[in-house]
Amino acid sequence: MFIFGYKLPAMSSLILWALLWEVIGRLELTFFMPAFSTVIATLIELVQTKVFQKALSETAYAFSVGVGASILIGIPTGILMGKSRLLDEMLLPWVNIFISAPLSALVPVLMVLFGFGTKTIIITTALFAVWIIILNARAGVMQINRSLVEMARSFGAGPFTAFYKIYFWAALPEILGGVRIGVIRAVKGVIIGQLLVSIVGFGALFELYSSNFLMAHFWAILLVLFALAFAIAEFLSFLERKVAFYATKR
Amino acid sequence: MAISQTSAQPLASTADIAVSVRNISKKYNQTEALRDLSLDFPKGELTSLLGPSGCGKTTLLKIIAGLLDANSGTVQVGGQTISGPGPDRAFVFQDFALMPWANVIRNVAFGLELRGIAKSEREAIAEKYIASVGLTGFEKSFPHELSGGMRQRVGLARALSVDAQVLLLDEPFSAVDEQTRRKFQEDLLSLVQNENKTFIFVTHSIEEAVYVSDQIAILLPRPSRVSEIIRPSSFRGKSVDNIRRDPEYLDIVDQIWASLRSYVE
Repeated sequence: MFIFGYKLPAMSSLILWALLWEVIGRLELTFFMPAFSTVIATLIELVQTKVFQKALSETAYAFSVGVGASILIGIPTGILMGKSRLLDEMLLPWVNIFISAPLSALVPVLMVLFGFGTKTIIITTALFAVWIIILNARAGVMQINRSLVEMARSFGAGPFTAFYKIYFWAALPEILGGVRIGVIRAVKGVIIGQLLVSIVGFGALFELYSSNFLMAHFWAILLVLFALAFAIAEFLSFLERKVAFYATKR
Repeated sequence: MAISQTSAQPLASTADIAVSVRNISKKYNQTEALRDLSLDFPKGELTSLLGPSGCGKTTLLKIIAGLLDANSGTVQVGGQTISGPGPDRAFVFQDFALMPWANVIRNVAFGLELRGIAKSEREAIAEKYIASVGLTGFEKSFPHELSGGMRQRVGLARALSVDAQVLLLDEPFSAVDEQTRRKFQEDLLSLVQNENKTFIFVTHSIEEAVYVSDQIAILLPRPSRVSEIIRPSSFRGKSVDNIRRDPEYLDIVDQIWASLRSYVE
């Protein structure tokens, strides 16, 4: 966007929204909305505290293990489903059920099964992320150019070699798209898991701040989470753009 | 009709047969694609499989490549019965089948890569064949940056670089424009002369088949069988510029059209 001939940097409209927030906060219309500057000040204070750093590391741990597991399980499962008719028939109904299911409702069951701790949160995160990764990897493999597979076979590639030299790369644009959406869903998963378990990580902090009406703290945590989720999604779409050069030309 | 049914040139002895197809039958569900088909491919020559669409010529080529299994019958390459793809055969695909995520040199070296040849060695070999198909300077380019004709040169270089005795070409020039195609045909002729390999060439173009072939196998459809084998005799030694004016060339083209005409819808 240009204003008076100057090119504004991306997302500079956010400044306007921050100003609006500031004004509403200064007017003291509601305790629910402290001024933006107060929130930022609280944020800076907060990120230096032990409590915050512990919550962040717990969340990061659960998130990365959950996402890692769903990538490691999701991509091969999706590729195999795309290759094998039998496996596809067996697994596809489950994937379709779980991708549209309200997974939050499952968390209490998971708590009974896996306890009130990190394990439950990791599993919740993985459950949120894995299905779309499977579906996208599957879709990527199903649109593979048959002659590319025949080419690999004719030059002597066995099934395993074909798997990581052809199938994976040919489906990579779809796989990365699935991972990006999966990771965004995993952010929801890890937070919902923590909120429901509510004694771990940011979930515990949310619980603490909202029940004590510490709104500035509450908003500060929320801003951190939004920023993190946004940064991760942007990083993944950057990766996606790196393979876009061949995505349209297969 | 007997103009060039060259009984004058007797078929070579078995020692000179590179690929021998014996009693091949192939069914897709209920449809019979090939029935009891037998055909010999002489060593060092180019044999075309020519016929109307749906006559099973690509099916036959893929059976020879080991990419498809026949329901019955055997294929022998260099005297050995095949049971799948092997290093004695290399395939050139109609749609090029290049890896879009890999540059030209990696695509050309891919066959060697699959054989576990070290990177520096296989790239040296690949560079040589990239040069021989006239793509020097494009080693680091990606397939989507090349024209159709250049892409097929990459496909050809890949097939040549594994140094297989038999080259299988599945309508390799049908996706490139007419002028590029003519150039390809001339290049193919010199390739057959210089490389001492056996070429099996699937095409639906009568002129192309007659222009490049030492032997033309006409396949007729439903189910496919070899209806005749034509061996042009007089113009093969001539220069590429004179082939299309040669009376025998013109006669064979007419003769093939006469026998195929009734099968074209």
